[in-house]
Amino acid sequence: MNFRKYLVLAGVSVFAAAGDTMLSHGMKQTGHITIHHLQGLLLAILNPWVAVGIVLLLAFFSSYMSALSWADLTYVLPATSLGYVLLALVARFALHEHISLMRWFGIMLISGGVGFVAGGPSVTAHPKGSDTLLPKGGVPLMGVDQ
Amino acid sequence: MKHLYTWSGIAIVVFFSVVGDVLMSRAMKQVGDVHELLEQHGLWRVIQRIFATPNFFIGVSAMAIAFFSLLFALSWGDVSLVAPAAASLTFIGNAFAAKIFLREHVDPRRWLAAMMVAGGVALLAK
Repeated sequence: MNFRKYLVLAGVSVFAAAGDTMLSHGMKQTGHITIHHLQGLLLAILNPWVAVGIVLLLAFFSSYMSALSWADLTYVLPATSLGYVLLALVARFALHEHISLMRWFGIMLISGGVGFVAGGPSVTAHPKGSDTLLPKGGVPLMGVDQ
Repeated sequence: MKHLYTWSGIAIVVFFSVVGDVLMSRAMKQVGDVHELLEQHGLWRVIQRIFATPNFFIGVSAMAIAFFSLLFALSWGDVSLVAPAAASLTFIGNAFAAKIFLREHVDPRRWLAAMMVAGGVALLAK
């Protein structure tokens, strides 16, 4: 694990939390969208908050895919769950929402879980020839590498 | 009856979320380390590799089904139950699925981390 990879994991957390927040804020401005008025969905995309939210969620998905290319799923998921903590802290300090004792305990549990997994190895070393063994740089894919 | 609908909805969301995550992880391992590929071959080749991986498309489809199932589940049950229950159970489900299907080494440290994060997410909704 190098600094760049930690940055990608941080990106997964931050982009997801920021994207969800922007999308939620924008969707509250655009109002209800029903199955009978789907054109409202197109108008929603024109809302700047929704548009930025979508861009941030695309950034989240790219970082998530990048992280999965070099780390185990059971490493990436807990390591990037700090986004939940981030959302709670934004709610407390930026939106001045009340955070109950239970929520603070939840924040502590998530932070502890992240600390636990981040201290361990990020990827499982598979023996040569096993089904999940993938050579460094990935398997050659037909029509791409030829 | 409402409980049955709610928990069925949660089970469907968790199932497709886990399938999506596992297939996406598998697809990206097949593609290879994106950082190295970017340095060696450039962005276009990386995109080509990703799009040439069937697991990527099946994974994205499963994630999309999970997302729409969540919308249905939210209409059947309370958001304070459905959202944290689905998120928490997905963490645990992913740990089992990664061990079985991706053959990841899920040591006690990772089990504990998954449990703590799942519990924490559930508590955040309180």
